[in-house]
Amino acid sequence: MEEDAIISVRGLMATYGEDVILKDVSFDVKRGEIFVVLGGSGCGKSTLLKHLIGLYPLASGEVLIEGGNLATAAGVERQRILRRFGVAYQSGALFGSMTLSENVTLPIEEFTRLPVEARDVVSWMKLKLVGLDGFGSHLPAEISGGMQKRAAIARAMALDPALLFLDEPSAGLDPVTSAEIDALILRLREGLGMTFVIVTHELPSIYAVADRVIMLDKRKKGIIAEGRPQDLRDHSDDPYVRHFFRREAE
Amino acid sequence: MVQTGSVLEVVKEQDGQRLIFSGRLDAEGVAGAWDRALSAAEKGGRILVDASGVDYCDGAGIALLWELQRRGAGEISGLKPEVGKLLQPFADAERKGDEDGRPKESMVEAVGKTVVDLMRDLYEQVSFLGQTVVISLKMMRRPRELRWQDFWVTYERAGVQALVVVGLISFLTGLIMAFQAAPPLREFGVDLFVVNLVSLAMLRELGPIMTAIVLAGRSGSAFAAEIGTMKVNEEINALTTMGLDPVRFLVAPRVLAGVLVTPVLTIYADLVGVGGGLFVMMGRGYPLVTLWRQLVSAVGINDLVAGLIKAFVFGALVAGIGCLRGLQTKSGASAVGISTTRSVVTSIFLIVVVDAIFAVVYYAIDF
Repeated sequence: MEEDAIISVRGLMATYGEDVILKDVSFDVKRGEIFVVLGGSGCGKSTLLKHLIGLYPLASGEVLIEGGNLATAAGVERQRILRRFGVAYQSGALFGSMTLSENVTLPIEEFTRLPVEARDVVSWMKLKLVGLDGFGSHLPAEISGGMQKRAAIARAMALDPALLFLDEPSAGLDPVTSAEIDALILRLREGLGMTFVIVTHELPSIYAVADRVIMLDKRKKGIIAEGRPQDLRDHSDDPYVRHFFRREAE
Repeated sequence: MVQTGSVLEVVKEQDGQRLIFSGRLDAEGVAGAWDRALSAAEKGGRILVDASGVDYCDGAGIALLWELQRRGAGEISGLKPEVGKLLQPFADAERKGDEDGRPKESMVEAVGKTVVDLMRDLYEQVSFLGQTVVISLKMMRRPRELRWQDFWVTYERAGVQALVVVGLISFLTGLIMAFQAAPPLREFGVDLFVVNLVSLAMLRELGPIMTAIVLAGRSGSAFAAEIGTMKVNEEINALTTMGLDPVRFLVAPRVLAGVLVTPVLTIYADLVGVGGGLFVMMGRGYPLVTLWRQLVSAVGINDLVAGLIKAFVFGALVAGIGCLRGLQTKSGASAVGISTTRSVVTSIFLIVVVDAIFAVVYYAIDF
């Protein structure tokens, strides 16, 4: 594990029943880095993410987040690790019976002693950061899919975690909103020193924000390329990787 | 005067107050400083904020600094540039109080909204009834258009699979009635008339009502949940854009199954319920032949028919309400639950209302 690594993955193997989805996946994510996991559809990007955040048990290997192992941690230690990161899911996963404001306030209410007025201001600020101020009293069902994604990012940021996992944050958003999300990610990294692990295959976003990427491949069931996106586009030895980054047919 | 705290120091000056922040301005630090900082700002005079000692500032800290500025604090001195950048997006922002939760409404608005909702619901129920009747008439002319497979599946689920629960409830109802009625009637020497009481009550009232309530709880709610989930998943939209009428496709087989299964279940409930009453009377020493003669003299075919007419109506009502509530489902995870609850509550309410109407009509026509 590198000294400044916030996430360290070693020999990860992911399976669904008998099917091996990923094998021998190892990488580190440095603190303050914007790290992108990409690859073609069905290559295991979201599966990898769910293993990183402890939703799925590892078939083998180890995932350490700030030195803590979610697979073995329990009680207070598990809570400590969970508090260090936020997750914005691909579908938003907002609580349908709560307004956007209540969705964002929920973790603040549960995990801090902030007074009600402070919670309301923090929640409003998070919604404003993602361009949803004025929509705090709306229910998720009353807003569009793109707005739900942005609200999910606001909720993931509610406790200002050191690490944010974003699953397809730009998918389904218009180019302007997508660019705004990219700018938000860069601003949060600069201001709060947050680390981002982003699962996406939106090339404009990748070029705009990614410090480093890993590319997964369905056939090899693992990482086929790692580095800066511009370098992989221009200098990769693997023609599939170059095609992917240039958005060309094979 | 100086007040010290973990992250906040309030220094009173001649023309106002100086708020000096230091250390980590995170959720923990802000929780202890929020009220003191804002009450200091409320006191009036010039408010100076010194953030030169702040090592770290997260969203809660930004919220506090922004709120102080909003309440008239002057420029924040010593703010680190990276923290200043986080504050910048909110520089000219205005926060409205009603953004923090559900929109608040006065009692008059709430009452008005409830009345409008009730009227709209009534309109939708009448409209749905009309639509279902029209579709049913079309089906009678062209029975092939009905989805018979769905009909039989629904008929089995609502009918055969309900036999145990309907039987148990009816048997116990008959048994309880006989147990409760026999001792007081015994005092007058007419406890044999328990048979009249139980049989008339079961055939005319309790058989159809208990069956309909079980149907509402088991099948009406299932229809609402099933169709509601389809609505949430946009399957109803898919049907519509394919040119398939959801009422014909989904509602007609369920309503027809409800209409046809309820009378059958009611006859079964009548038999088992009367059996429960007779079981108690046999336990009290009456021979079966005596009870049978009493039963035959007490009830006529008109009593059975009176109950069966109700059963037809209750069946249509429960199945129709279940389907309607399903089609009325809004989006979101809680919507299906709400539809299911509304289906059961509305069905039971309407069963009682319709039963009351039947009681008056039967009395008026001496049926």
